[in-house]
Amino acid sequence: MANAVLHVADVHKSFGGLRALSDIDLQVMEGTTHAIIGPNGAGKSTLLNVCIGRIAPDTGAVVFDGQVITGKQPHEINQMGVVRVFQTPEIFPDLSLLHNVMVPAFAKRDGSFRLNALQVTSRQTAIREEAEHWLEDVGLHKQRDTLAASLSRGDKRRLELAMGLVQHPRLLLLDEPTAGMSRHDTNSTIDLLRKFKERGMTKVIIEHDMHVVFSLADRVTVLAQGRIIADGKPDEVRGNPVVQEAYLGGAH
Amino acid sequence: MAILRNDLVRLALFALVVLTMPVWLAPIGAAYPDLMQKIAIYGIFAIGFNILFGMTGYLSFGHAAFLGVGSYAAVWSFKLLTMSVIPAVLFAVVVAGLFAAVIGFVSLRRSGIYFSILTLAFAQMSYNLAYSVLTPITNGETGLQLALDDPRYLDAAFATAGPGIPPPNLFGEQLAGLSGFFFCAVLLILCFYLAMRIDRSPFGMMLKAIKSNQTRMAYTGFNTRPYTLAAFIISGMYAGLAGGLLAATDPLAGAERMQWTASGEVVLMTILGGVGTLVGPVVGAGVIKYFENIFSAFHEAKLHEAFSFLPDGLENLLVTATAPFVGEGWHLTLGVVFMLIVIFLPGGLMEGVRRIRGAFTRRPAGQEERGRLAPAE
Repeated sequence: MANAVLHVADVHKSFGGLRALSDIDLQVMEGTTHAIIGPNGAGKSTLLNVCIGRIAPDTGAVVFDGQVITGKQPHEINQMGVVRVFQTPEIFPDLSLLHNVMVPAFAKRDGSFRLNALQVTSRQTAIREEAEHWLEDVGLHKQRDTLAASLSRGDKRRLELAMGLVQHPRLLLLDEPTAGMSRHDTNSTIDLLRKFKERGMTKVIIEHDMHVVFSLADRVTVLAQGRIIADGKPDEVRGNPVVQEAYLGGAH
Repeated sequence: MAILRNDLVRLALFALVVLTMPVWLAPIGAAYPDLMQKIAIYGIFAIGFNILFGMTGYLSFGHAAFLGVGSYAAVWSFKLLTMSVIPAVLFAVVVAGLFAAVIGFVSLRRSGIYFSILTLAFAQMSYNLAYSVLTPITNGETGLQLALDDPRYLDAAFATAGPGIPPPNLFGEQLAGLSGFFFCAVLLILCFYLAMRIDRSPFGMMLKAIKSNQTRMAYTGFNTRPYTLAAFIISGMYAGLAGGLLAATDPLAGAERMQWTASGEVVLMTILGGVGTLVGPVVGAGVIKYFENIFSAFHEAKLHEAFSFLPDGLENLLVTATAPFVGEGWHLTLGVVFMLIVIFLPGGLMEGVRRIRGAFTRRPAGQEERGRLAPAE
């Protein structure tokens, strides 16, 4: 199979006396969907934060596409093609849905800064069409002119998904993409994410919903108390007694 | 590269309203050039301030520093180069822009209240420096004035000096009275056009996104620092232009222009008119300058005149009741008006206009949201 797009190499992170991550060594292969599961407080979100530069690890490094990204600015990491969808929706509440998706599209096209004060936004048809296309895909096209603040939580997550996808990321990091969604919306999100798998987008998903994990993941890594306790194909992991004890058995 | 048709209509309307000020301000006794000039100049100041505060969400409490710097720069251009206002105004804009780049670079390391305090500190520092260490440049308390023996190298090179200090001019035309107003009015319209272009541009969209959720911008791939710095410099240049025009219409510059009260005034103008709207700041500037000039000129005798149609007892009572709000007390009126607007119309006077228009057009409920989103006019 293909090479590793993301390599989390030997990462440790402590907050005060709490060991949030220890000995994390993880490889995400090109074109796969890699799920990270684990009980609450296992360090899943911390791991994702380390990957996007929000949290600096104490030791170790994160390598994306052959380049060390530890220590880089969040916007630099994004510009390299690593995009994250947050657990609590992070959107632009005072902008319309359409503009919410156009902003990341501009970041993709124009880079991290451009003084394009004399262009006219409404004449940027390519960007607008692209944004509308993604809004349609997540089912929010009808509301494209409303303010994002007025959306329900589930809709905000779908909006954020469109904001991530419009950037055509090489690596998409999803933090519980279906939390707070109805069964129906969850299934349509799964379908949407499957589509990108076919197009070769690499994804890392943190998820509690086992239905989502087993419908999407090619590989599953199980974290517990900041350590990797299992790593393998979904079926292998499901059958692993250690995992069942630490997570599946305990939680269900 | 033209802007949208609707915006062209807006621009034309704005230009019409500004240029006809001498006509429609006459009935309320405000059609004299000095006041109209001030309205236009402070309108420019407030439009620029709104680019930083209204669009980007950074509340600067030190913008008067750029106004003052612009004034000093313009007067120095008069003293050293020529009495023509074009180089003076350009010089004011450039110097204020450089000054804003320095102050912005430091202040923008923080946001929110800390940013406001930093800008306030910088402005007060500039104010105090102008009175003390920088006296050779600012002429301290007296203020920077023109003098008969100023070199005016450019003017001297092309013509022999006449008697007396020549007045500022535009291509040889003396800028006084109405011509002074029209010069400022044309620049106000240009500044409005530029602000509108910024508002409708991707750059403006990024500024609004920064205001809405700055952290998200970084994870969206934007380096927000140059965006905020650019907004800061642009608004500093607007303030510099306003300062330069103040000096062009009345060629002297004093440090009091940089004081924190002057910085506060532009905040009031913007909030009063409507934060984040294009026209609002100009309306706010107009209202405040009108109050300052008209209400402060009122005095008791005038009040007696105004209420003279009433019986004597009632007349005296009303005069006593209203006297504290006029003349020296015009700030009291302004304060009351400001409070009423902030409480009942948090979006400023422009929100009032929108509500009145909404009451007449009666949009269906579903479109209400779209109406709110429509770019501010």
